[in-house]
Amino acid sequence: MSIRVHDLRKTYRMGSERVHALNGVSLEIKKNEYVAIMGASGSGKSTLMNILGCLDKPTSGTYELSGRLTHLMGGFELARVRNEEIGFVFQSFELLYRATALKNVMLPLLYSRKRWWGARRMSREALEKVGLGDRMSHRPNQMSGGQRQRVAIARALVNKPSMVLADEPTGNLDSVTSDEILRLFKELHDEGQTILIVTHEEDVAGHADRIIRLRDGKVMTDLPTHADPIHRAYLDRVADLAATAAQGSMGNGGPRPLEVE
Amino acid sequence: MGMLVRLFVQTVLSAMQQMVANKVRAFLTTLGIIIGVWAITAVIAAVTALNGFVLKQFEDFGSNRIELWGQLPKKQRFSRTDWQRVRLTLSDADAIRKHAKSIEMVALTSNLRGARVRAGEVEQGGVRVSCIEPQFLDIDKRVILRGRPIAESDSTDELPVCIVNDRAIDELRLDGGGVGEYITINDRRFLIVGVMETKIMGPMFGGDDAQTEILVPFRQVYKLQGQFFWINASLKMRQGTEVEDVQEEIRFILRKHRMLKPEDDDTFEMFIFESVLRNMRAMASGLTAAASILVGISLLVGGVGIMNIMLVSVSERTREIGLRKALGANSAVVLLQFLIEAIILCLMGGLIGLLFGQLTVLGMQAAGRSSEYMSAMSSAEIPPSAIALALGFSAAVGIIFGMWPAIKAARLDPIEALRHE
Repeated sequence: MSIRVHDLRKTYRMGSERVHALNGVSLEIKKNEYVAIMGASGSGKSTLMNILGCLDKPTSGTYELSGRLTHLMGGFELARVRNEEIGFVFQSFELLYRATALKNVMLPLLYSRKRWWGARRMSREALEKVGLGDRMSHRPNQMSGGQRQRVAIARALVNKPSMVLADEPTGNLDSVTSDEILRLFKELHDEGQTILIVTHEEDVAGHADRIIRLRDGKVMTDLPTHADPIHRAYLDRVADLAATAAQGSMGNGGPRPLEVE
Repeated sequence: MGMLVRLFVQTVLSAMQQMVANKVRAFLTTLGIIIGVWAITAVIAAVTALNGFVLKQFEDFGSNRIELWGQLPKKQRFSRTDWQRVRLTLSDADAIRKHAKSIEMVALTSNLRGARVRAGEVEQGGVRVSCIEPQFLDIDKRVILRGRPIAESDSTDELPVCIVNDRAIDELRLDGGGVGEYITINDRRFLIVGVMETKIMGPMFGGDDAQTEILVPFRQVYKLQGQFFWINASLKMRQGTEVEDVQEEIRFILRKHRMLKPEDDDTFEMFIFESVLRNMRAMASGLTAAASILVGISLLVGGVGIMNIMLVSVSERTREIGLRKALGANSAVVLLQFLIEAIILCLMGGLIGLLFGQLTVLGMQAAGRSSEYMSAMSSAEIPPSAIALALGFSAAVGIIFGMWPAIKAARLDPIEALRHE
């Protein structure tokens, strides 16, 4: 599996003005990569994510996913690609609250053309994989935020997608739970899962192997995490702050969370 | 294909779950359909029962039957004895027998008034004794239980024979079973040659209690009654002839036979059961049509309610729709899901309506059993075709009024839908 995107453009018409949400994005993601896509709001990262997730179609350019030219596809084919190739994880989990964890995880299989007879077993396995083997018959409102997101991840994994596409997966979680979820992503990645994570938090992006930064609808930088200057600057500042906090006055408060653009 | 089946099953199940979760809302939403189905099934059951009741009585009385009698023209004044001039005669009957192609059978009858009947020690007054031509037994659908019917030769030979109904055997205490015994009618002796089944006439024809009935050959009327008697004729139409044709034919023949001038009025009158039956049917179908219009309106109102609730459901579940699309549901699947929900909702309404309809029908049956006036209703039943019709209409309402909300859901853009608050 691989993602190959060439000269992707997306233009919206707002009144008489034309807005270029994506202005010539080219990139390639190989199997088993763990990539973070970063960018400020308006940078085009949502648009890129929607196109990579086959929820939207580019105005021009090509997008090849696992050898399928999705920019040529119609709505029905795109729906099938979403079902078979992509596992979505959303910021606000998007679970069905009247259904059990197991039913939630089974949902993508309902729309799948293959694999029905194993649906229950596969869903159970997916839930066990995210550590919720004992919570299958619980409803989302009987679960913590971290557990809910795990259910969502199990749902993303159940159809064995070629890529997990996570949009701010820790945006609604506290830092401890965020770490749990990010550890889970790490494990999945170690098992060979391709993961694309869209975020604006540097420490979340730091878990990825590669960071793609967007600005004004274009790729600004596309580097391995350890070579990314902005990420390195962020790490340095965190280290500084930690040192300051360690030696400095106790009354001045601990390190404050910070964001780096 | 397999996907469609399991999708269908899942959707049906989840639609039912939702309905159970929102019982009151679902009930109120489908109220229009409930009332519509309730009304149509109850009306159809009532009309069917009424129809069957009337038909049954006509059937007992003899369908294809015409009653004929002499009648004084209304305009003219007549002296007291003129009724004898218009009374039917044997030759009137012969003329009809001879010339009327549309008539299969003719039988003259005459009822004796206040006949006194005696059998041994037992004497009864006011017994129904009728003098009949033999064909009457056929026209009136009489069933002979024992012995023989009145034959043609009994009439021509003027034999003093009679047949009695089985009721008479009890009333007159004919211990020997009737056949071969003698009774006296107005002081004349008659031999009982046959026993017939007691005929209970429907309430529409004034019949109620079974009573003693004695039939004697027609010519006996001259001996039993002197000259003051009245004559009726019962006729049987040939199968497949038109009511109007029969009426015209008889008029033509009788006017000619009675030598009426063109300006004269008819001196006879007839009653054709078939035409009454036809009016009855027209009335019943008119009633059904009127009910159908009301039901149509209530189904329309019900449909609008369904559409409204489905639109609410679509906007309440916009995010869910977005999610389902993101997980791989295409627009046809989403359309189907909401359409099935609407249909299930309507079918549930239809079933509840059927239930109420059935309860109403049970009420009608109870009323029919307990009250004389309502006796027609005792056989009220919702015919299977009406059940199919009601459920079919419910489903159709679901499809028609669920279509727009379903299309709306199917057209939602998953990105927008997932952003929806």
